Amino acid sequence: MKIKSVIIYLLFVVPVWAQPEIPVLKNYANDFTNTLTQSQLAGIDNALRTFDDSTSTQIVFLMINTLNGYPIEMYANETAEKNKIGTKENSNGVLFLVVKKDRKMRIEVGYGLEGALPDALASSILRNEVRPYFRRNDYYHGVVAGLNAIILATKGEYRVKKERRNPNSMSPIFWFILITFLIMLLRSRRGGRGGPGGIIFYGGGFGSSGGFSSGGGFGGGFSGGGGSFGGGGASGSW
Amino acid sequence: MTNGTKIGCGVGLAILVVIIGFVLWGVGVYNNLVSLDEEVQQAWSQVENQYQRRADLIPNLVNTVKGVANFEKETYTAVTEARAKVNQIKLTPELLNNPAAFQKFQAAQDGLSSALSRLLVTVERYPELKANENFLQLQAQLEGTENRISVERRKFNQVVQKYNTTIRRFPANFIANFAGFREKPYFKAVAGAEKAPKVQF
Repeated sequence: MKIKSVIIYLLFVVPVWAQPEIPVLKNYANDFTNTLTQSQLAGIDNALRTFDDSTSTQIVFLMINTLNGYPIEMYANETAEKNKIGTKENSNGVLFLVVKKDRKMRIEVGYGLEGALPDALASSILRNEVRPYFRRNDYYHGVVAGLNAIILATKGEYRVKKERRNPNSMSPIFWFILITFLIMLLRSRRGGRGGPGGIIFYGGGFGSSGGFSSGGGFGGGFSGGGGSFGGGGASGSW
Repeated sequence: MTNGTKIGCGVGLAILVVIIGFVLWGVGVYNNLVSLDEEVQQAWSQVENQYQRRADLIPNLVNTVKGVANFEKETYTAVTEARAKVNQIKLTPELLNNPAAFQKFQAAQDGLSSALSRLLVTVERYPELKANENFLQLQAQLEGTENRISVERRKFNQVVQKYNTTIRRFPANFIANFAGFREKPYFKAVAGAEKAPKVQF
């Protein structure tokens, strides 16, 4: 009887192929590896939410540890579809996935953005923007450079570069994060209203889109708009 | 009115109600089948699009490879031939109702997949290609297309499964039989073909 139940357990409970659980994403920036600091993550999250508010393009960042051999293409597609990134009408969502221990990454592009962010461009972003930083274990700057390039691409402004970008040049999203971080620092000093609970960030200028300022409290959270994905994008490694 | 005619009227009315109910049910089932069939067609056209996209990318790829690496002719002629074979197959909606033709279509496409992956593996030996941004982009496009094909094939299979289950289920199968809805074929995974040809760069 016992042996029988053990056999049944082995047959049905232990999966042959450890399919990872597809996460439900609650924020625009998600780091399940604790690589980025809380304030770095909050800054990225805020920038991505602001971008969503102004353009309805949803860009979501996700960093996990390992896929245990599961194909990154399938995981990225399933995660993006499950969380319905992008709006239903336009399917304008992007998922930037980094699998830290496997040293793999992927930009998964929704149906509606395949024109603005084609595979070749996505692959070029991973190779030329992200990989140089990741190779130096500088995850934060790599992620910011990648997201910034994705933002520019979805606005139709990023082009494939022939030359390597000067790593010291500051990108718009970097400025944005820096400014919000400074504001947060100032506020917490002045009023002692620390903690990411109810602080409202006031964004400064945002690249060429002109200075808009927008409020958006941390904790507003991400919710998908119903976008769908057909496997567009590119994968890379470092 | 006698009691007899009253009962007769009642029975007649009851039969009428049953018939009307049956017809309404049949119409509902039929309409559902039509929209499911439409969904299958739509999923199919997505699959076709991606295969077409791949076929369009190939001449470009072959030319780039030819230009840089004047190597084993067989490898890229194999790709060109496999592509020609794919082009010979007429894509009609009938394909979905003819399992044999469908299988032939899938075999031709899978043949092209394996010829392509062989080409991309051979290319590994040519560092000047791997440093060529134009080639890298083509390769990214090709990988992306392979991935899209597998995604759309998966979605197609899901829709077909829904459709097939519906037309075979009792009692809707009567309506399906009567209206001529046939089971549709699935894409079968070929050993080792679920993964896009992977090239390290």
